[in-house]
Order: sequence, then C-alpha cells, then structure tokens
Amino acid sequence: MSFSWTRVLAIFTKELRDYRRNRFVIVFTMTILPLIFIAAPALQLLTAPAVVATSTLDARVGASLLPLLLIPAIVPSTVAGYSVVGEREQGTLEPILITPISAEELLIGKALAIVIPTLLIAYAIFGIFLAVAALFAHPLIRSAIFAGSHIPVQVLFTPLIAGWSIWVGIAISARSADVRVAQQLSALASLPPVAVVALMGFSVITPSIGLAVGLAAALLAFDALGWRAVAAMFDRERLITAART
Amino acid sequence: MTRDGRALVVERLGKRFGDRVAFDDVSFELRYGEVFGFLGPNGAGKTTTVRTLGTLIAPSSGSATVAGIPLSAENGPAIRRRISIMPETPGLYLRLTVIENLRCFARLYELDDGDLRIERALRAVNLLDRVDDSCGSLSKGLRQRVALARALLNEPAILFLDEPTSGLDPLATREVHELIASLREQGVTIFLTTHRLDEAERLCDRVAILNRTLRLIGRPEELREQLFKRALEVRVRVPLADPAATFGGLPSVDGWQRQGPSGYRLAVSDPEVAAPALARALVKADADILSISEAHHTLEEIYLKLIDEDVEARR
Repeated sequence: MSFSWTRVLAIFTKELRDYRRNRFVIVFTMTILPLIFIAAPALQLLTAPAVVATSTLDARVGASLLPLLLIPAIVPSTVAGYSVVGEREQGTLEPILITPISAEELLIGKALAIVIPTLLIAYAIFGIFLAVAALFAHPLIRSAIFAGSHIPVQVLFTPLIAGWSIWVGIAISARSADVRVAQQLSALASLPPVAVVALMGFSVITPSIGLAVGLAAALLAFDALGWRAVAAMFDRERLITAART
Repeated sequence: MTRDGRALVVERLGKRFGDRVAFDDVSFELRYGEVFGFLGPNGAGKTTTVRTLGTLIAPSSGSATVAGIPLSAENGPAIRRRISIMPETPGLYLRLTVIENLRCFARLYELDDGDLRIERALRAVNLLDRVDDSCGSLSKGLRQRVALARALLNEPAILFLDEPTSGLDPLATREVHELIASLREQGVTIFLTTHRLDEAERLCDRVAILNRTLRLIGRPEELREQLFKRALEVRVRVPLADPAATFGGLPSVDGWQRQGPSGYRLAVSDPEVAAPALARALVKADADILSISEAHHTLEEIYLKLIDEDVEARR
C-alpha cells in the first residue's frame, strides 16, 4: 500500500482541532510557557551593561538568547509525549489503528500537527524579542544582536531542536504505559541539544562555524530519519494489548 | 466477496501471550449476510479473536481468510480497508463534533464520496440532527451510535461489533439492538461478540460459544437439541395419584420427573408422538390438565451448562 498524504492530512487536521479546543494546550503549553521563556532574555537585554568588550557583549547576548531555544525544545515535548499513549488511554487509538493507516502516516500526521504550531510560537516569540531589542535596547547591545550570527543561528536551530524534541517525545510516548511518565521523560529527553547550545553560549565549548554546522547536520540527520526509527518502534500489538495503567 | 460466499474462514486459529493462551484451535466459517454471535465469559478470548481477525494482533497459530483476503501482516491494510471493528468503548474524540469525527475517518479510508457516505451512515443510526454536537456532550448511547456510524463509513464486508451494548442502559441497549436488526435487514455481515445471551438469541442467525477453545457452534435451536434431551412439561391442578402408572409405557417417553408440587417433566424422543398419547393418558387418569408444553431451553441454559462443564473439567 502506498503512502497517503490524505491520511496524514486527516490526522494533522484532527490533531490541530483537538489542540485548539484543549485549554491546557492553548493556555499553558502554547501561551504561558513561551512567555516565561521570553521574560528572562528581555530583562537581561534591557538591564545588561553595554559598555564592555565586544567579545564579552557577544557572549552575553548569546547567553540571553538561550532561553528562547528552550521554546522549540520544551513546548512540543509535552504534546509529543502525550501523542500516542494519551490516545491509548482515552481509547481513541484502537479505532485509528483499525483503519488502513500505516504507522508512518500516523506519526508524520502527528509530528506535523506539533511542529507547525511550535515553529509559529517560537518564531513569534523571537520576533517579539527582536522588536523589544530594536525599540528599547542600548545601541551597542542592539548592534550585537542584529549584526552577529545570533539571528541565523536562532532561525536555523529552532526547527532542528523542535524536530529532535518531537521524535524523541513520540518515541517515548509509543513505548510508555503512562501519560505523565511519558511527558516527564519527553521533557527531559528534549534538553540534550539545548545543553550543547548552552555550553557554547557559556563558552564551555568554543563556538565556531564548524561546530554549529556539525551540530545542525547531526540534528538534521536525526530529524530526517527520526520518523523511520519511531515507526519501527511502533508496535500495534503491544499498543493494543499492553495493560493500561 | 469470495466466489463461495464465505465472508470469513477461520482454521485452527490461536493466540498466545507468552505462556498464557488467549484462545486456541478456533475454526469456523461465516457466510455473507449472516449475523454471527460470538459468546463467552469475560477473558474467554472473544476480543482477542476479533483483534486477530482485524490484523491488530498477529496469530500464534492457524490461518484465516477475512473478506476473501488471507490473514497476514502484509495484507493488514487491505483487510482493514474491507472490514470494520467497533470496539467496546466508542473511542471518539470528545472535543470534536460528530461530523468532524466522521470526516477524519472518511479521510483515513480515502473515500471519494466521503460526505455522501457520512450522510448515509448518520441516517442509518438516526443521528442526522446531531452532526454539529460535540461528542463530549452526547450520552453513552448516542456515542455508541456515532461509533457505529464510523464503523459503517467504509461499507465493510464484515462488521465486527465488540460488546456493542456494554455499559448501556436498557433504553440505549434497545436502540443499539434495533440498529443491528436494521443492518441485518440490509444484508450487512455482522460478527457480534457479546456475553449478553438474550442479545445473541434475538439477533444472531448462528452462535459460537468460546471459552479459550470453541465449545459449540450452530443455530440456537440446534445447540439446544445437541445439549439437552427434548422434554414435555405438564401442569395439573392436583398431583397425580400414580404418575408412574400414568406415564409408564407411553410412546416416545424415555422417563419422567416431578417438577414442583403438581408439575412433571417428561424426557421424550419425539414430542409430536408423545404429546397426544400423554394427553389421553392424563384424561384417562382423571387429571385436570392445566398445560402441556414442550420444554424450551434458553441460550442462557446452554451457555451455563457449557461453562459449568468447563469449570468442572478444570477442577
């Protein structure tokens, strides 16, 4: 049977409708959580001393941007952690698995429904941050933000980190027996790429173009192959027959 | 449809989970248009059998042909396209409306005429006026109806209904029974798992009783004859003075026993021969006859007898 984008779209549409009507997802995961992550960078931006050495200023700007990379890591992780085990717990997984849908179609539909709102939120928050910087930051800080490599790095790593977080979260969800455990593990597992970026931000790892490109390539490869790995872990029989907790 | 009209052919099918046997050595056939009842106590393996035939679970042994397609992992999508399973719990997306739930599944089946099929399915379950209601706002019975509409979307060659009235109140149960009866009239092939014997007796052409292995299969009346001797029940106003003399030597009567203060139960080989002779003998004995009737064993009696036998055998 060939891959069907119609079935992917069916899952994608259903998931988005479900999120839209789920207050927890809308209010907490998609609104309050991102606002928490922008508060610290915005404060740092407005209060940091600007008259310092250029390298110090650049490192400070890098560090202040780090919380913004937590948005594509954390926001999708809880939703991805819920995606399979949550459906199983509410009894909606079996009717889906009874249809001709393949594991790949189901997983891609779910991943797309998580990644698109995540990117919209992450870029919107980053846009707000840039607007605050442009309007209120000291000219030296503003120049460090806009002239350096911070914007391309942020734009590039946001989808890559989101992809990691989503595939790891769905994989954990497909193998878990409990929603809360799956969500906690997913949140934890979403952090390694952010940790690497953080180590670069705090100059524990010396940032370089080569390192950034290498990390981006590794994440890209993981994201591209992630769905196949997760599909291989997706065991209909285990999901249907394993005891619910 | 297979050329020989068989919707389902199951041969020595079995499923084990490690050391635990879910069901074993199950063989039966189901013809198109038939309503087949699959009975058994909790844990007998009914749901696992349905899930195995629906390709959700791989069998450990045996083989099957489902809607003309051999049961195998590779054929899973093709089989799932041709059948439907309504699980015990409706499994609806409660934040979505009825129509949104059904549209999602119409797309999963890639139906070109999705809207038409949805309308037809909703009409079949009398839910056309509730399409925009959120599924979370519906009663249990209405949710079960939506689940049934969802199962009808792909116009399945075989519709598996797994305990469709489980947890429903009597009114909702009656509604689901009426829906199944109307599907039966439309020629839909139905595989109904249940432990409600009245449901099976009322709705099914044939029934099978499963208790890990298939214990019995046939029409309810055939099962009665297979398990119980035929009998006549007699009620008289005053107990007979000498029942042994009255019943002794009657044609086709193999034995008798007292049933209540002034009732008798006669084991007979042919009720049509025994009943007139019995009536004459009672009149001759000056008995005031209240009734003479053929004893009727319910499906429940058949079922309980088999399950009791299993319990005894395991002791």
